[in-house]
Amino acid sequence: MSLSASLRIAVRAMRGNPLRSLLTMLGVIIGVASVIAMISIGQGARQATMTQIESLGSNLLTVIATSARQGGIAAASAVQTLTLQDAEAIARDVAGVAGVSPELSRRAQVVFGSQNTNTQVSGVTPAFPQVRNFHPAQGEFFTDDDVRRRSKVALLGKTVAGNLFPETDPIGQRIRVQGVTFTVVGVMESKGAGFGGDRDDAVFVPLTTAQYRLFGATHVGVIHVQARTADEMSAVQQAVRDLLRVRHRIPAGRDDDFTIRSQADILQALTGVTRTMTMLLGGVAAVALVVGGIGIMNIMLVSVTERTREIGIRKAVGARRSDILMQFLVESVTVGVTGGLIGIALGVLGSRLITRLAGWATLLSPQAVLLAFGFAVAVGVFFGLYPARRAAMMDPIEALRYQ
Amino acid sequence: MALIQMREVEKVYRMDGVEVRALGGVSLAIEQGEFVAIMGPSGSGKSTCMNILGCLDRPTSGAYLLDGADVATLDDVALARLRNQRLGFVFQSYNLLPRTPAIENVELPLIYSGASDRREKALAALEAVGLRERADHLPTQLSGGEQQRVAIARALVMDAPIILADEPTGNLDTATASEIMGILERLSRQGMTIVLVTHEADIAARARRLVHFRDGLITSDERAPAGVGEPARLPAPGGVRS
Repeated sequence: MSLSASLRIAVRAMRGNPLRSLLTMLGVIIGVASVIAMISIGQGARQATMTQIESLGSNLLTVIATSARQGGIAAASAVQTLTLQDAEAIARDVAGVAGVSPELSRRAQVVFGSQNTNTQVSGVTPAFPQVRNFHPAQGEFFTDDDVRRRSKVALLGKTVAGNLFPETDPIGQRIRVQGVTFTVVGVMESKGAGFGGDRDDAVFVPLTTAQYRLFGATHVGVIHVQARTADEMSAVQQAVRDLLRVRHRIPAGRDDDFTIRSQADILQALTGVTRTMTMLLGGVAAVALVVGGIGIMNIMLVSVTERTREIGIRKAVGARRSDILMQFLVESVTVGVTGGLIGIALGVLGSRLITRLAGWATLLSPQAVLLAFGFAVAVGVFFGLYPARRAAMMDPIEALRYQ
Repeated sequence: MALIQMREVEKVYRMDGVEVRALGGVSLAIEQGEFVAIMGPSGSGKSTCMNILGCLDRPTSGAYLLDGADVATLDDVALARLRNQRLGFVFQSYNLLPRTPAIENVELPLIYSGASDRREKALAALEAVGLRERADHLPTQLSGGEQQRVAIARALVMDAPIILADEPTGNLDTATASEIMGILERLSRQGMTIVLVTHEADIAARARRLVHFRDGLITSDERAPAGVGEPARLPAPGGVRS
């Protein structure tokens, strides 16, 4: 028997009882739709994560001061080990470095006239815009000269600018931070909210100004090191580590008093999280698909019993076992495929709706669609096989006698 | 060599651990072109005999040769082909596929033989039983006699040499039964081999050979004298073109 003939029989059987066919398909529809929606949410989240991390600057290593541990006890002073000189040494001595941005940040009250906001004040160097991919939108970033002279100039993040200067142009205005007066020389571009909160809620001042005029500190909190290329990152990471160990006089066998995190590590960790989430969601959806398959099997078994006589007739006029097997298999696969197609449509619609209503990023890959569809076909074959076999193995005499 | 040859065929069923001897050594030879009626009370083994003749069942012992080939040695595929190409079945309850137009019911054997121009062949077979105009009717839209004629068309469509009819008139009134018998007689005249199971003596009388079964054995096997069962002496079958 040809495939087209089997297909016609299958479609006729499905149309003969539309409500039942729909209910049978419902499990597969829900399963496929949820697989697609879940995967697209997971992949969208992953995509969004990656975009956000890219926006922090590319090929970035982050050196953070941590306490050197000895016997599990951390020395309190150890968190102040990184200095501007360390940053300058990295820029000078490590090959493959494109830029080094040391930073010292604390929260502080910033005042303009009667306006007043609590924000993060970051002491940075002129390397900051390039290394962190964060540029002024208005005005100019301060220079090395400003760092040397501990100039009292500041650039405002978009949020701070909005808070302090709702109506006036901030450039040239004077603001006060912890009793020190700064001249606003620029406003940064908007970066939006990301990990670690609103990146626009910050004020940028020369590093030395922050150290000596504001916070009374000689260390820096973090040093961002930008490698020239992604390939050089691990070499740069190793070289920075070696250099800092020498500079900090850490004897062999003792732990570093700093931690270097590469952007790749962060990316990996975060995409790992989203991948796990995607798999988890996909797995739950796959369970729904399997349940849908059991629904197909159930109805196919009923259908085989109902059509016992038909099977007998077909055998009497010359159907082989393989013909009967094919007929019922094609039928269950048709149910699976039809349900799969409807499910894909609903899944695509659903993920669009989620983006629209919840504002979550969704990303629909053709692989996810193919996977879900393949799953639907496989469910049709797998759960159709037993009922089809049962039909094929029927004794024609008993089948013809069946009332 | 006879077209159909049964030699010492035994069939034993095992039902709930009890052995039931449905056929107890039946030998029967049917030549090409014969019109044979099988009679006997319920449980006499005539249906079992038909099942074996129809390659729907295998003998427990003994041999059944169809066209000289021993059916016992054939597998499912070969048996299916025999049923498809050599045998046509007509049942008491018509056994048409429900919700399927007459034409597609007739096409059914052609689907399994992989034949081309199925529609033309099926229409020709419906024409032979006078139902060409009803080709697109569903079984529920046809009378009992018409349904049985569709079933006969289905048995004819493959040009199989043998028709096995299991009480084909059992569900029909006398006039319609006579009509169906008229068709079978005409097919017999055209050279088809027909084996018919019936309860009714007047139906059996229209065949040219009568075999009686009782308790799984043949009790009598007589050929009608020349002239008896000749179509010329019967009323012309209504609505059937020859």
